[in-house]
Amino acid sequence: LITITIDKKSVAVEDGTTVAAAILNAGNTSFRRSVHGDARGPLCGMGTCFECRVTIDGEKHQRSCNAIARDGMEVVTGE
Amino acid sequence: MKTFDVAIVGAGIVGAACAAALTREGMNVVVIDANGIASGTTAAGMGHIVAMDDSDAQMALTKYSQDLWKLRADEMPGNCEFENCGTVWVAANDEEMIEVRRKHVYYSAHGIDSEILDENKLREAEPNLREGLPGGLLVSGDTVVYQLTATKFLIDKAVVNGAELLLGDHVVKITNDGVALENGESISASIVVNAAGANAAELTPQLKIRKRKGHLVITDRYDGFVSHQLVELGYLKSAHGKESDSVAFNVQPRSTGQILLGSSRQFDAETGEVDRDILCQMTSRAFEYMPRLRKLSAVRVWTGYRPATPDNLPYIGKIPGFENVYAAAGHEGLGITTSLATAEMIADEIMGRKSKISPEPYLPSRTFIEH
Repeated sequence: LITITIDKKSVAVEDGTTVAAAILNAGNTSFRRSVHGDARGPLCGMGTCFECRVTIDGEKHQRSCNAIARDGMEVVTGE
Repeated sequence: MKTFDVAIVGAGIVGAACAAALTREGMNVVVIDANGIASGTTAAGMGHIVAMDDSDAQMALTKYSQDLWKLRADEMPGNCEFENCGTVWVAANDEEMIEVRRKHVYYSAHGIDSEILDENKLREAEPNLREGLPGGLLVSGDTVVYQLTATKFLIDKAVVNGAELLLGDHVVKITNDGVALENGESISASIVVNAAGANAAELTPQLKIRKRKGHLVITDRYDGFVSHQLVELGYLKSAHGKESDSVAFNVQPRSTGQILLGSSRQFDAETGEVDRDILCQMTSRAFEYMPRLRKLSAVRVWTGYRPATPDNLPYIGKIPGFENVYAAAGHEGLGITTSLATAEMIADEIMGRKSKISPEPYLPSRTFIEH
């Protein structure tokens, strides 16, 4: 297991887990907010729809479905 | 058949500004555009309202027009996103810092406030610029506007004052009696204003206008990444290059947090498609100045055509060979900035008034010295 933080909470996930799966497993389905403030989450799961974007290690708009969790990674959702 | 006082060909920002100014004078105006409001060069550009010192005439026109924009600021709806972000002209080396100081003196002489930024002040103003840039010039009065809604705002003003819009009709001929449409109909008008931008020369070949293709990229939303419009000092060199393709670093913060990234210039491009080579040159140039731009995601890339004249100044005034046909075209990359002043000068000429600035440098009857 490796440890990442999702919105400052530590979460242990299996090595090789996508960030999207880690967020969903932590019980969070609101990955980001649309321009009009609606909750958004993964749709295609393969990097095409851009709905699952989160901030990873300070870089905004990263597709969580295409990112693999790394030990110490800091993920911020809901932006 | 209905007769208008004025037929304006082109509903870009210049045509829209002319319509607003001429209806204000009580004229009965029709605006005709084959593709709709702000569908050509206007839609493709950046919406930077900038005082430019390319020449004394360009400074006079841009300054005058910038002042007119400021007078309109309170009237414009919020969706025009009129923001006073200022411009920073970024120097890449000591030679360009000499240019910064020259520019500072020149702007002061023309009543425009500017501040010389040293290396530290530049980094403070724009932390995402790379380290080691020697400084720049902050021109705090420059603004940005969302040119599509601003064009709509001007058209709406004209329509409130009685202007008619003919959208979807292609003008194929301009005469002293009005215009002829592709569908065989004609519109009778005492005065015609050719504001057809990059296509203006097709209707009145007296105007020497070449299409100068440009690329723009828009990123996703990164609030606060850039605070000012940033332009490299080498920009004028790029804008001035007469033939060869060129790129220059030019980024603009939008009120949405998105960043517009330019710029490229290409004469005689065969198609409007994105040209990967020049796009890469353009983004590489931007990454040299702002390495962290690499990390941002772009959501769209597009191209447009600037209407370029041989001396980088627009055509404003009566077209030789006609009795009552005027040009308001050829603004190259400054049409958003200079649209309002252009419209006032056209209105002044039609009404027989003296313009606030000398119209001479922009008259279509001027001759060009090739250089």
